[in-house]
Amino acid sequence: MNERRMLSDNHYEDVIAEESVCISDNLVYDRPETLTSTPMHYCPGCGHGVAHRLIAEVIEELDIQDKTIGVAPVGCAVFAYNYFNIDMTEAAHGRASAVATGIKRVLPEKYVFSYQGDGDLAAIGTGETIHTCNRGENILIIFINNGIYGMTGGQMAPTTLVGMKSTTTPMGRDVHDMGYPLKITELIAQLPGVYYCTRVAVNSPNHVRKAKKAIYNGFKYQELKKGLSFVEIVTNCPSNWKMTPVESNKWLEENMLPFYPLGDLKVPQKEN
Amino acid sequence: MKELKLMKGNEALAEAAIRAGCDAYFGYPITPQSEVLEYLAKEAHARTGMVVLQAESEIASINMIYGAAGTGKKVMTSSSSPGISLMQEGLSYIACAELPCLIVNVVRAGPGLGTIQPSQSDYFQAVKGGGHGDYRLIVLAPSTIQEMVDHTKLGFELAFKWRNPVMILTDGALGQMMEKVELFPHIERKFELLPWATTGKTKDRERSIITSLHIQPEKMQETNLHLQRKYRSIEKEEIRFESRNCEEADVILLAFGLVARICKKAADLAAEKGIKVGVFRPITLFPFPYEEINRIADNARIFLTVEMNAGQMLEDVKLAVNGKLPVEFIGRMGGIIPTPEEILNRIVEINEGVTV
Repeated sequence: MNERRMLSDNHYEDVIAEESVCISDNLVYDRPETLTSTPMHYCPGCGHGVAHRLIAEVIEELDIQDKTIGVAPVGCAVFAYNYFNIDMTEAAHGRASAVATGIKRVLPEKYVFSYQGDGDLAAIGTGETIHTCNRGENILIIFINNGIYGMTGGQMAPTTLVGMKSTTTPMGRDVHDMGYPLKITELIAQLPGVYYCTRVAVNSPNHVRKAKKAIYNGFKYQELKKGLSFVEIVTNCPSNWKMTPVESNKWLEENMLPFYPLGDLKVPQKEN
Repeated sequence: MKELKLMKGNEALAEAAIRAGCDAYFGYPITPQSEVLEYLAKEAHARTGMVVLQAESEIASINMIYGAAGTGKKVMTSSSSPGISLMQEGLSYIACAELPCLIVNVVRAGPGLGTIQPSQSDYFQAVKGGGHGDYRLIVLAPSTIQEMVDHTKLGFELAFKWRNPVMILTDGALGQMMEKVELFPHIERKFELLPWATTGKTKDRERSIITSLHIQPEKMQETNLHLQRKYRSIEKEEIRFESRNCEEADVILLAFGLVARICKKAADLAAEKGIKVGVFRPITLFPFPYEEINRIADNARIFLTVEMNAGQMLEDVKLAVNGKLPVEFIGRMGGIIPTPEEILNRIVEINEGVTV
């Protein structure tokens, strides 16, 4: 039973009794079965938590927990297997898509996804990424792009923007020395083995909804066995960008998204 | 009824893999073992439904093995020395995650790009770990094409018995030459759901996690202690060797793989000269038959280790002998195979008390 409590003269506060919070009619948001109760180690405001949740929600909604195997990368998401309540394999740095290939080839009826950061997928694992996509493996690759190496403490990533500061580009990324940010998703989209390729973000409610739809598609398309689905999620890194979460989401909107524009790069063609 | 065939080593091994019920092969071409992939690409899928995939590199191959082995399937790869070097990172992960799989190294001479001729210069890499961290592979060293076949079957059995990667350490000569082999009957491919495997989490079990990451030092140490206990058990149960006339020999030749056959010929030639020569051949290089070598050292005058490398098994022989008697060495490198005559000459010198 709710009650009204007087704080001072003419100021009141509505106090909601605990028992009314806990009734299921009031519950609007809960942890999916496909996430464990382990507290995530991600920094406050980091996009990984949202991305994890979206994947978990999709697995739950598709009711494929018993048919899904995930592959975790090396990088900030190295502990992803602690959070997903599904079978998972922890890959070596950059090799997640090869590991996912091995799993999918021997268990072709399962849903297999890899979850990889920008250093993992677009630097040390570029070879595996390109060839897994080119073979058209029927898996989903989720590519988390925050333009920086998070786990090792903020070094330059292949996707670090021109002029962007990192611990290994303290004066900002200089293309004469460091080359250009790699738009690997645009590259991937050219490959005939890729069935679906899209870029989404998780920095706003609207973007989160679209990201979930993309992840849903990526899982669902595996049933068709027509090739690989590739979903890039542009996200933030408040700790290593040295910003508050709110600032980082604003910076992402103003700097990352103009260079990494959101939207589909390749969608399934209608068959005649 | 016996099924006898004249087969090339690499092809016999590939045939054995199909017959052993192998579920998947992931590999990359490299001389002198490309026939394994070629043979499997031609026959395997049509015959048993086995997955055969040419990967983009040995790095990708071994990581495909890591993923596929994690599902509890029977999987293998093969390569030759430079390619096996590229696999070491993956092997370290596989050993730590305790995944069963078979790796074949058809050794060619190194270091570097080296040559495509046969060698035994990957002994250290195979038996001492090879990649980072404290781990061991079970290492089988066939000396005939028949053993290439038999070890393929045995390799899968040991891999699953111990949840450990098994390596067949053979060489370019055995891979390329032809011999008569007796093939074992087909073992049906069947998929057993293993409790640790990643096959999709069902409601009735906890999720399966394949990982080699244990960030807390105590947990990492416990993982290491567990692995070491396993390796000690393997040392107790899985030592295999062949001992020929070692009980009453003056000189004992010690060699593995192909070289042991050359040593047998040299021993026969020495016998014609009235010199008693034994031949001791470790079949498992890990676990290594230290105790047996130490025991036969009580009866002999001198040991002569012969290898196609600069003296790698030699170090283990010396450890086994522990100073009981002198250990001489003949080593050929760069793809050169020692001849029975040069081994015989050294036996004669040694027997006359001449040590070089």
